[in-house]
Amino acid sequence: MDELLALAFGALLAGGTYLMLARTLLRVAVGLLLLSNAVNIAIFAAGRVLGRIPPLVEPGAQALAAGTANPLPQALILTAIVISFGLTAFSLVLVHAAHRAYGTVDPDALREAEPPGLPAADPAAAAAAEPPTRRPPPTPAAREAA
Amino acid sequence: MPDPGLIILVALASVPLLVAAVATAPRAAGWIAAAVPALLFVGFLAAAPAPGEQALGALPWLPSLGVALAWRLDGLSLLFALLITGIGALIFLYAGAYLRGHPQIDRFFGAIALFMAAMLGAVLADDLVMLVVFWELTSLSSFLLIGFEGGRSSARRAAVQGLLVTVGGGLALLAGALLLGGIAGTYRISEIAARAAEFAAHPWAPLVVALIVVGAFAKSAQAPLHSWLPNAMAAPTPVSAYLHSATMVKLGVYLLARLNPVFGGMPLWVELLTGFGALTMVVGAVLALRETDLKRVLAYSTVVGLGTLVALIGQEDPLAATAAIAFLIVHALYKACLFLVAGIVDHETGMRDASRLRGLARAMPLTATVAALGALSMAGLPPFVGFVAKELLYEANLLAAGMLPAAALVANTVTVIAAGVVAARPFFGRPAPTPRPAHDPGFAMLAGPTLLAALGLLFGLLPGLLGRVLVEPAAAAILGRPTEAKLVLWHGFTVVFWLSVATIGAGLAGYLAWHRMQPLLAGVELFDRYGPDAQYGRALRGLQRLAAWQTRAIQSGSLRRYLALSFLALMLPVGAAMVAGDGLRWPGLDPLPLAHEVGLVALVAAGALVACLARNLITAIMGVALVGFGAGVLFLVLGAPDLAFTQFSVETLAVVLLVAVLARLPFRGTDPRSRGQRVADAGVALLTGVVGGAVLLAALAMPFDTTIPAWMGENAAPAAHGRNVVNVIIVDFRALDTLGEITVLGLAALAAYAVLRRREVRGP
Amino acid sequence: MTGSLILRTSARLLLVTCVLLSVFILVRGHNEPGGGFIGGLIGALGVIVYALAHGRARTLRMLRADPKSMLGVGLLLALASGALPPLLGISPLLTHQWGDLVLGPVALPLGTTLLFDIGVYLTVAGFALAVVLPFAEE
Repeated sequence: MDELLALAFGALLAGGTYLMLARTLLRVAVGLLLLSNAVNIAIFAAGRVLGRIPPLVEPGAQALAAGTANPLPQALILTAIVISFGLTAFSLVLVHAAHRAYGTVDPDALREAEPPGLPAADPAAAAAAEPPTRRPPPTPAAREAA
Repeated sequence: MPDPGLIILVALASVPLLVAAVATAPRAAGWIAAAVPALLFVGFLAAAPAPGEQALGALPWLPSLGVALAWRLDGLSLLFALLITGIGALIFLYAGAYLRGHPQIDRFFGAIALFMAAMLGAVLADDLVMLVVFWELTSLSSFLLIGFEGGRSSARRAAVQGLLVTVGGGLALLAGALLLGGIAGTYRISEIAARAAEFAAHPWAPLVVALIVVGAFAKSAQAPLHSWLPNAMAAPTPVSAYLHSATMVKLGVYLLARLNPVFGGMPLWVELLTGFGALTMVVGAVLALRETDLKRVLAYSTVVGLGTLVALIGQEDPLAATAAIAFLIVHALYKACLFLVAGIVDHETGMRDASRLRGLARAMPLTATVAALGALSMAGLPPFVGFVAKELLYEANLLAAGMLPAAALVANTVTVIAAGVVAARPFFGRPAPTPRPAHDPGFAMLAGPTLLAALGLLFGLLPGLLGRVLVEPAAAAILGRPTEAKLVLWHGFTVVFWLSVATIGAGLAGYLAWHRMQPLLAGVELFDRYGPDAQYGRALRGLQRLAAWQTRAIQSGSLRRYLALSFLALMLPVGAAMVAGDGLRWPGLDPLPLAHEVGLVALVAAGALVACLARNLITAIMGVALVGFGAGVLFLVLGAPDLAFTQFSVETLAVVLLVAVLARLPFRGTDPRSRGQRVADAGVALLTGVVGGAVLLAALAMPFDTTIPAWMGENAAPAAHGRNVVNVIIVDFRALDTLGEITVLGLAALAAYAVLRRREVRGP
Repeated sequence: MTGSLILRTSARLLLVTCVLLSVFILVRGHNEPGGGFIGGLIGALGVIVYALAHGRARTLRMLRADPKSMLGVGLLLALASGALPPLLGISPLLTHQWGDLVLGPVALPLGTTLLFDIGVYLTVAGFALAVVLPFAEE
């Protein structure tokens, strides 16, 4: 069973990576969803397939019967599923906000922090990146306050 | 008798106190600051061992590595300690007046006091590692001093250049010191010297010599690493006077002298030192004649002096060691004196161009007198101590074969010219206008140069005293055995005397022709265009271009490129390590998968494939849904109903949300990636999937410990009153964990709210 | 007003069903599959279907509570469920306490874990509603 889960993990990992490299932010979010599923399966596999019976103690019994599944990774994954939903939801909100602010969902176009033509590469850009030496004239409000 | 190790610690500890004191009373800064080196000077005098003896001691530092704060006070280190503190006291006093009213005078004294402490630590160290540490500390603190006027770009460039050259040399020295310590089995210089013969036979000895010599040459400005020294004249004059007369640049000379007992017998050592020493003498001499700036003339004459010293240390004759020490003392005295005089001229007239300064003697008679005394010693005229040193120097160089005597003649002639240019030319002739009306400075600025010039005369009249007390013990340390240093003023009419006469004659002629010669030499662009300084600038620009190229290549600003590089950087090394390190493992099929489980995994994989290959986003979302529900059913059949239901609910919500967001965006179904990009991305993705899967397989092949799940299974019902073990873990056993996770949800909701509430951030 | 009559009617039915089902799943979670996480998600699903049919404003009116407040209350409840023992110095944070609720002949074991799970339920549901509802049509 372990190899099978590893196979599913590998397939989801590859698919998620491919989608995260896409040039549409929504596809990136979809890739994130696939990666979350991959990780959940990895955690599940790490707890091993000890049995296929749900980890419920029989009424009247004191402990889990033999052949039940490992409960610990299940608890971890259960919260992880909800957290990854939170992650996906938040990233979708960001996609929405990015579109609203920049009018594009192409990650290659989102370059406000590092515009093409780095200062280090281009003397003209370096000069432009220098902070202005002259302060802007004070606003009327500031002048009144002074 | 004070412990010399303690004196170093006191010098270090005094730095913050001095800064605070100077900040409190900036007008008395010079006097306060000068008290520190003066007291240390007295301390060293008190700690001085009898001539010919040495004092050793150590404080534990890194005993596991065999490194200690070991110090040695013998003739050589005592001489340096006295020069550092003695000249230091005079210069600190001078600097207080020179920098009066400077807003950052406290920073200046902090840096220069730190520098002094570092110098003391370096010259007193008997441990190679300790020596390197203090050596680098002198480089760092001199960076602060050279770049003190950091508002000027020339000061910034000079500071960076000095730092790069001397710290780069320091790295070579560190490598050499570690190798030397490794070969000798100890880092104590005094113990290594005792095994010099063993070391010379070691196959790595030439490498060690080369590394250490590079470090010393960088520090002592030997050609072709000399150009940082004249550029460092961008520093305030007290700094130049201190760093370039008695301290910083002499540290390389000190190291060579200190290690001469170890390497002295090796031909490589002799060749490197005499060869580069002679080269430096000639290069410095030629370049000195091109300059008109008083400080730069002095700087190049310092280069000449350093070359002389290095060449002398490289010679094996005992006379050379005596000559080296005598010249070192003499050079420190007159060079500090003349730098301070140049500073006075600069400070009181507002300029320091030797070609335009004339006739200052009338306005500054005291300064002119002091300058004359210093210059006469520098030119090597009797009865000044400079004459004594020059006679010794010629005597020693005549013993050596090759070009050394010729180089010495050139060097000494140019030294005479430089002395005239700096100390005679500006003071004689018809007074020329200066930016500020010239006048003599106050006591604080005159005291230092006067005392230094007077010492030059005193030692000239009493050369025997100087020889016995200072030169003899220090020369013995260079040779590694006792020696006799007979310093006399008058040798009689020997070859050496006639050489001296010839030198002075040639120097005088050169001085008289200087105003015609200097513009000619300065006009030769060859030096400026292809000299080491230009090469340094070229190398630095090349480095910047390389950095820009590398930044463009790696930090392109493209988010996709960052992601791809991150995946590659994570997966390639892991994959390579697994293949190379025999890390591939196969966990085995236990328990055997059932047919429907195989089908579900195939469904999940197919869903991923659909999501990747989908032409439009709706299809991609279908693929994701397939993955999510497939995984959910897989959880269900593998005994995890809780997971399955959570997964179903979350998948439903995620699909609803995806579609809702999609509905608000322009429908961009197709992926604008080019075919090439797609293939490259698929390669990255496949690599990630394969390596990730292999890592998981290897992890699953490890033995599994069921202690914790078993404990939870046994305690859920009796102790936590719950039969659903998963739920018991979530709400009870690991409740704190759960609390943390739902807090994350809360924060995510707040962040989403903040992002959504923010209306138009800026127009497209 | 969005959605067809059939959708709107069935959405109302679905809302009631989902909320009831989610509470049932929440309560039985300690002994059978279920719990606060699943319950919260299912409850939120019901509300979201309602919102798809009836619009955001009406849904918020119907809820009478801002999803963010729901979330905050849930977090506080989860924290409070285990805060008493450490305050009294008995045991570390989130060590749950148990007692028997005696109803005539039956003694029902009840614990502070239920409070914790209700907190989880409210947080999860509040979160899902807070991020999804803004995207529902007006």
